[in-house]
Amino acid sequence: MPTVHDWINNPLAVVDGLFAQSNSSPDWEKKVVEYFKEKLKLNDAHTWVPSLNDVPLYYLKPNSLVKFRCMVQDMFDPEFFMGVYETNDLTSNSKQVKCGKYKDITVGGVDFNSRNTVTSERQTFYCVPIPGESQWAKEISFIWCTSQARVVPSTSYVPNRHKRSYEEDDEMDTQPQHDVDMWGRPKRQETEAPSHDSSSAHCTSSLDLNFPLPGEKGPACLVKVYEDWDGFKLNDMLEVFGILSVDPALSVIADEREASSLLDPTEVTETVEEQRVHSPPPSLVPRLHMLYAQPLVHNNPLLPSSAPENNGDHLSSVLGELASVRAELHTYLTHVLMGDSLAAEYLILHLISNVYSRRDVLPLGKFTLNLSGCPHSSPYTEHLYKVIQQLVPSSYRLCMSLHNMNNQRMVPRKDYTANRLVSGTLQLANNTSLFLDETQLEQGQLDATGVRNITALGNLISWQKVDYDFNYHQMEFPCNINVLITSEGRSLLPSDSQVNLRPTLNPPNLEEYLSAVQVAQVPSQFNKYRIYLSGARALNYTISDEITKAVEEDFVEMRKDDPQSMSAEDLHRLLVVARLLSLSHGQNTLSRDGWMKAKQLEALRISRTQQQKSLSGNEP
Amino acid sequence: MTSTASEDPLSPPSQRSRAHDTSTELQPMPTSPAMDTAAQDVSLFSSPMAPRSGTSEVDASSPLMYGTPSSRVEGTPRSGIRGTPARQRADLGSVRKAPQVDMHSEPVSESCCHSEQGAGQRLVIWGTDVNVGTCKEKFQRFLQQFTAPNSREEENAGLDLNEPLYMQKLDEISVVGEPVLNVNCSHIQTFDADLYRQLICYPQEVIPTFDMAVNELFFDRLPDSVLEHQIQVRPYSALKTRNMRALNPEDIDQLITISGMVIRTSQLIPEMQEAFFRCQVCVFNTRVEVDRGRIAEPAVCRNCNTTHSMALVHNRSAFSDKQMIKLQESPEDMPAGQTPHTTVVYAHNDLVDKVQPGDRINITGIYRAAPMRLNPRQSQVKSVYKTHIDVIHFRKTDEKRLHGLDEDGEQKLFTKERVAMLKELAAKPDVYERLSSALAPSIYEHEDIKKGILLQLFGGTRKDFTQTGRGNFRAEINILLCGDPGTSKSQLLQYVYNLVPRGQYTSGKGSSAVGLTAYVMKDPETRQLVLQTGALVLSDNGICCIDEFDKMSDNTRSVLHEVMEQQTLSIAKAGIICQLNARTSVLAAANPVESQWNPKKTTIENIQLPHTLLSRFDLIFLMLDPQDEAYDRRLAHHLVALYYQSEEQIEEEHLDMAVLKDYIAFARTSVHPRLSEEASQALIEAYVDMRKIGSGRGMVSAYPRQLESLIRLAEAHAKVRFSSKVESIDVEEAKRLHREALKQSATDPRTGFVDISILTTGMSATARKRKEEVAQALKKLIQSKGKTPAMKYQQLFDDLRGQSEAAITKDMFDEALRALADEDYLTVTGKTVRLL
Repeated sequence: MPTVHDWINNPLAVVDGLFAQSNSSPDWEKKVVEYFKEKLKLNDAHTWVPSLNDVPLYYLKPNSLVKFRCMVQDMFDPEFFMGVYETNDLTSNSKQVKCGKYKDITVGGVDFNSRNTVTSERQTFYCVPIPGESQWAKEISFIWCTSQARVVPSTSYVPNRHKRSYEEDDEMDTQPQHDVDMWGRPKRQETEAPSHDSSSAHCTSSLDLNFPLPGEKGPACLVKVYEDWDGFKLNDMLEVFGILSVDPALSVIADEREASSLLDPTEVTETVEEQRVHSPPPSLVPRLHMLYAQPLVHNNPLLPSSAPENNGDHLSSVLGELASVRAELHTYLTHVLMGDSLAAEYLILHLISNVYSRRDVLPLGKFTLNLSGCPHSSPYTEHLYKVIQQLVPSSYRLCMSLHNMNNQRMVPRKDYTANRLVSGTLQLANNTSLFLDETQLEQGQLDATGVRNITALGNLISWQKVDYDFNYHQMEFPCNINVLITSEGRSLLPSDSQVNLRPTLNPPNLEEYLSAVQVAQVPSQFNKYRIYLSGARALNYTISDEITKAVEEDFVEMRKDDPQSMSAEDLHRLLVVARLLSLSHGQNTLSRDGWMKAKQLEALRISRTQQQKSLSGNEP
Repeated sequence: MTSTASEDPLSPPSQRSRAHDTSTELQPMPTSPAMDTAAQDVSLFSSPMAPRSGTSEVDASSPLMYGTPSSRVEGTPRSGIRGTPARQRADLGSVRKAPQVDMHSEPVSESCCHSEQGAGQRLVIWGTDVNVGTCKEKFQRFLQQFTAPNSREEENAGLDLNEPLYMQKLDEISVVGEPVLNVNCSHIQTFDADLYRQLICYPQEVIPTFDMAVNELFFDRLPDSVLEHQIQVRPYSALKTRNMRALNPEDIDQLITISGMVIRTSQLIPEMQEAFFRCQVCVFNTRVEVDRGRIAEPAVCRNCNTTHSMALVHNRSAFSDKQMIKLQESPEDMPAGQTPHTTVVYAHNDLVDKVQPGDRINITGIYRAAPMRLNPRQSQVKSVYKTHIDVIHFRKTDEKRLHGLDEDGEQKLFTKERVAMLKELAAKPDVYERLSSALAPSIYEHEDIKKGILLQLFGGTRKDFTQTGRGNFRAEINILLCGDPGTSKSQLLQYVYNLVPRGQYTSGKGSSAVGLTAYVMKDPETRQLVLQTGALVLSDNGICCIDEFDKMSDNTRSVLHEVMEQQTLSIAKAGIICQLNARTSVLAAANPVESQWNPKKTTIENIQLPHTLLSRFDLIFLMLDPQDEAYDRRLAHHLVALYYQSEEQIEEEHLDMAVLKDYIAFARTSVHPRLSEEASQALIEAYVDMRKIGSGRGMVSAYPRQLESLIRLAEAHAKVRFSSKVESIDVEEAKRLHREALKQSATDPRTGFVDISILTTGMSATARKRKEEVAQALKKLIQSKGKTPAMKYQQLFDDLRGQSEAAITKDMFDEALRALADEDYLTVTGKTVRLL
């Protein structure tokens, strides 16, 4: 087994081998990348590669090939490194040309004056696990990997552990008890990833790993990118295949430099904060030298992550039963929404919405839903969020309590002292579901931060962009986040569509009722829903000229009757609803029928809102 | 080693600079020991003027004493080249150390190599192809001969452009006494491309040569001048000006110019150049040069032979200033979706503290890279280099913004093809329509509003009458959009904000007066007062988009008064009194007070804004929902297309945003139309006509402000055509647009006439007349009642209502009472009205 996986266990040997063969012609770099790409393509080889998301860092062999499903949280400055260098062994007086690519540390005495030295450039990305990734997404991708990747026998990490124990003991000796405990645990239990606890527990005290969402766990990683780094963008989701580098010497160097900088202030180009951020101890933030990265369109492990055109095939297999899946999902959501089938319909539309294009500043396809009329006191919204969490691959519930609004950092901000982008809750990957719980908001004073946060949320909803704060200026980052607002009355935030919740059931014990609804669903059923939602979102959509004409006619007709009832904005919304409705039925194009249905749906919704208005209007 | 040693561009930074350095010691500190440098210079520079006095004892006044800090300390300024102390150039210094190390062991390879050159030897600096003699000669020739007749640079103001430029600058130096000569690299390039190439590739060798050349020349010409230290040459604008992202390993050790924004400056770092030791036994003094950041402490006193008796005397050691500056990419240079890069910059000596965080600067300097410090106990090295730039020249790009016009800094560089393309576009007869339809294509119709905004983007021509004491005339056009909610006003604002380079977007709800103007902050660290500028100042020369204008507090709105007419902002706060420029156009959007626009009311009544502010808007548009079938049909078509057309189709239909941006930028900087005779006549006529309209009904319908607006609009329209003259068609369009806007906003709902006084006084003339009539009627009524000193309020009201044929509201009655009270005819106390 190990021989087969040499390229996984010891990829640097492959790199060095190819480098030696190349005779310093520069195309060896391409060959290396191609070699690994080929290897990974072969019959699901990528599932053999251990994943940093699931396997605790100390189980992974240093300098082995690993993968990491992550989001680019920050981009550091490019750095120059010794791509090729020559070592000069003083004892034997022999010179040797070595390759410095994919490594952090040089080996042997470097001859800085050698003519063979080649300076190259690489870029560092600070990557974090996808924020708000649902537990089920983590588990499923974990199970898929474990079946293969766990081939690395447990014995193999024991020596490893001993090798590096000196370094780790320093950090861990405060909790040796716990440590032993963990090591003794059977593997299966670790799938819940409690093993991260210890590392994150003591890292938060010393080092802020800069996760966008509070309470997140998991490894952060410095990914070194060697080519085409301009192609990556902030907040991109990636699956990175790279060589893990956790050489303890890295942190030793950091310490030394820190010490020396104290002695010699003229040498300081980095502040202490900067050093902490840019060269954290590798035991906490490992380095990953990227060989190959696959951009992720979505992070639903149930669907193939590759290019969207393959998605069609996959979906068509589901498509057969699409109608039934949709119906089941609708029933389920109706139950969850206490018998409100209209709200359930809109919730489905909301869940498959997606910004598919931007026309100058206008994002097209977004569908922010405001569920008003949610009960205030009961933990209903919490349960609703749990349901949504079960359905989408990543989500976050933001309690809009006064305290949160005034204190939470939502907009990412550049910290110039540490030279990094301090993350905020609105730094989310594409297609994340943001659940804004306005029922938690009470009366009171919003301070400056609160006003800024509300503005940021408003911008996010209206323009699907977040203005990151760079102190001297702001920078606009477009995003694609599904925002669902639950509120008692109409939300104070703008929304594309407001549905007033009208429960037909009135269960005496809400909690019991909801958990009963939950239990009634089989896990396999959930998987179907998940595939359906992610799949429907990725479908293409067109509209024929004929329908365009019909829609125009219709609009003119509607305006004739009552111009007030149908504004341009209403048409905007109607077009989005029609689009989402067609997609939710697996249709690629708008039909006359679909248009009528969309109109009916909207009419129903509006009438309900108006009723609500007149109701509340009667109140003094 | 023969002829020119070619340099591998990929060679590591350490190699070029320390190629023959035997030790692996890293990062030499910028030093220049006196003796060695002097010795080196002799071999380096075969110039005739290299007399050296003394052998081991250094002549501090020698020009060859390049970089002896001690020389700076000693001696008062004397005239003549030999009398003027040289000053160390720490900006170039860090590598000057290198060649001299091996000088004694292998002098040949160190400094020069032999190449056949006809009769004798031709010397070049090791590792380069620079011959000192030739280089110096060339540069002197450049200084003596170069003229820049077409130069438009600010720095050359007041110089005779047909005379050799730099000779005039040398004269200036002798007058001003600031021994720095800034040299524009592009001048060198046009003069001698080879010299330019050498300067870019080997700055640390070439610039000292330039220094020598310029000092020789200077003191030849003006032997009696007294300077603080020798002249230093500071090249700037190396043509390789680029953004930070484009820097790559090939640029190491080259002269580069990059632009960016200062985000952090360190405190001043004193860097020891020379250590002063004193023997504690015999009080013998000795000086030790800093060698690569280290001081070799003398173990034995040379005088009394006592070991370990030498002690460092800090305040007699020589230090130079150094400052670390962090530079961040300017936001304009960045690709979308990425974070900005930063670079470390070191400023030395007098460049320290020249820039502040927040400044936009262009810096010229030498790009350096050094391996990370070696861990002495380990053979392993982090294989990463530390990079920084040693700055030679700063140029603030936003410096002038606060003080005056800065067309130069704004100048975006367009390629010839781009300019040709833009001009071709401008030549088209329908360019105005094309551009206006390219503006916010996702928003349907509202053609006139788009045209108005387009003219706003171009702006009028700046006129400066400060000399005659009339101050600046506003060139910016202000526009107010009001209308029903949901008529994509915000979207239009967002679009404009994204289109212009210096746009600001604020919402009336979320902004305070302070956020709009400027505030004073105390820096917690330095206890220094810092002026933080707000949206209006930041959008100087740009557009400030204010959404929800009506929701703005009165206090906040009041600051706009000054900005919108005088275009300045006065601050008097926490001991700072200043006037900042805020030449910003304001594009504001307001919603009607009653959520829906009430067509029965005037604009003022609908949006409840003070008329003093309204009259400062050149154009006020109503964005209402027109209700007719054809419009609806087109709207529907537009919206459906918006949703389902592919990107490419849209691209074909409209000019894209980038072209529009460039077009506007080009017109703003290069077209300055002036009124033609014909246009002035047309304007006068238009104004007189506007005044006439009202005079028939006994009211004033136009004020000089409206004339100014017309002029601005006409100028902007001429700019759209890239025309340098305002012609009558421009005036026609200005008139039309102005009329359209007025028709919408200043129509008196009671009479149906356009009435400018609605906007200027907040009340239509008819309404004012009406008010007077009511007051008169009331007066008559009271008089008819005879001598009654007091009346019941309600009684009077009822009487008046009964008497009058028109309905009189309580408001009107109150107003009439107030008017009479103002006349001192009566007073109102509680429920009784007393005559006076």
